[in-house]
Amino acid sequence: MTVIDVHRLRKRYGETTAVADVSLAVEAGEIFGILGPNGAGKTTTVECIAGLRKPDGGRIGVLGREPGDPALRRLVGVQLQESRLPEKMTVREALELFSAFYRDPADWRGLAAELGLTAKLRARFGKLSGGQRQRLSIALALLGNPRVAILDELTTGLDPQARRDTWDLVSAVRDRGVTVVLVTHFMEEAERLCDRVALIDAGCVVAVDTPGGLVSRVAAEQRIRFRPSVPVDERMLTALPAVDAVVRHGPQLEVVGHGDLVQAVAATLAAHDVVALDLRIERVGLDEAFVRLTGRGSREV
Amino acid sequence: MSVFARLIRSELRLFLREPALVFFTLAFPSVLVVILGSFPAFRERDDGLGGLRVVDLYAAISVVLTLAMLALQVAPMVLAGYRERGVLRRLATTPARPVALLGAQLVMSLLTAVTSIALVLLVARAGFDVPLPRQIPGFVLAVLLTAGAAFAIGLFVAALAPSGKAANTIGTLLFFPSMFFAGLWTPREAFPEVLRRLSDLTPLGAGERAVHEAMTGSWPAWGSVTVLVAYALVFGAAAARLFRWE
Repeated sequence: MTVIDVHRLRKRYGETTAVADVSLAVEAGEIFGILGPNGAGKTTTVECIAGLRKPDGGRIGVLGREPGDPALRRLVGVQLQESRLPEKMTVREALELFSAFYRDPADWRGLAAELGLTAKLRARFGKLSGGQRQRLSIALALLGNPRVAILDELTTGLDPQARRDTWDLVSAVRDRGVTVVLVTHFMEEAERLCDRVALIDAGCVVAVDTPGGLVSRVAAEQRIRFRPSVPVDERMLTALPAVDAVVRHGPQLEVVGHGDLVQAVAATLAAHDVVALDLRIERVGLDEAFVRLTGRGSREV
Repeated sequence: MSVFARLIRSELRLFLREPALVFFTLAFPSVLVVILGSFPAFRERDDGLGGLRVVDLYAAISVVLTLAMLALQVAPMVLAGYRERGVLRRLATTPARPVALLGAQLVMSLLTAVTSIALVLLVARAGFDVPLPRQIPGFVLAVLLTAGAAFAIGLFVAALAPSGKAANTIGTLLFFPSMFFAGLWTPREAFPEVLRRLSDLTPLGAGERAVHEAMTGSWPAWGSVTVLVAYALVFGAAAARLFRWE
């Protein structure tokens, strides 16, 4: 089921075109990444989806409604980039206040516990670390038991550990059945977290695919090197459609191929009771795919 | 409790955590009356002031001072700060409306003003025999009209200022001349004629005049009512047109 349908979205600010032509469809239950360099139009796109900005052109449907429909404010949770709370408001007060906005809110204590905020309930917003603020922000976005969560630049400014913790959290949100739209400029984040990614550059969608799919678009070729535990007949590998060539380097085998190469080779080896020792897989990462698809370097990685 | 009531409670709680704001808006107007009332000369009747005493005049001036601080300095700072921090935008994504937060901030300010004004009247009455307002409906009307004009200007500042800090600076720059015309440094009764006529046309000058008239037993004059209503309408409409939520 399509939860968010964006068709040929356009948005300008004065002379600047923030979004030139964006179309994408987010399916129920997935983590959908919107990936691109700073200034690519990612935030504008999700702000239009969230009903915070009026598009200049194109159509947007969210759960079958138009953005700005008051009913959507109960169904969509939004975590905005750089949105802060009053310095002297405590975590608990924020959670209680935002709970009061919804008819049937989630249990804020449970949510706080899940997000590791229980020890901070009495702390004021101004005293929280960046990671704690993000977690509170996520908690507020989830208080209304939304069907869709829009999370903008969730991990920007967090240290690596806090970033990893936040990723686990987003996965947990998806596991609750929430469709997640994740805006990011971190390749690693998109690769680790997203089921599908829309690559946006200069206000246009360059590609929409799984992270693996994006990679294979630019990197048809993959290489696997390993030392077989017992001698193998190379023909059992060259017979596989995914394999293009097999090269022997002393005790090591190098298999060059495309598509689901790793799976195909692993399955064949297993079927012949061969163990791949010193296994090494060389493949292009999303980072490299991004550079090749947009024709330029990502500035942040 | 309704969402609006919760927002008001939240605003009140945040306000009470700012000791400087609490002191200046709740205590300072009364403290001013006490300080001026402590000078024997200011407790003497003065024919130049229409047979009133300086401390009588400052009770009315302190009422206006309370409204001026809340409307010109506190409210713009808080509201522009909320916009700057993205609080209003965040609310826009929830079933609550950002305008409710604006309303809650105004209600919180009015509650503070009512408390502070009551304190001024009680301190002036108990300490220095300043009579309580004789024309009570007229006094309430004068206070509400002055609040209306002052908060309309405050909202206008909040609409234009890019940040909480800028709003506070602009508000403070407006506060001093406005309170000068309200007689904070020299009571309006001691103004030369021309200056007083000019003062009658300023929001807080007209406000002080209306409050003073009501405290001494008459309804606010049409002149001051008209000026106050005009400020409230013009700046209120401009603020409503120009206010940006992000």
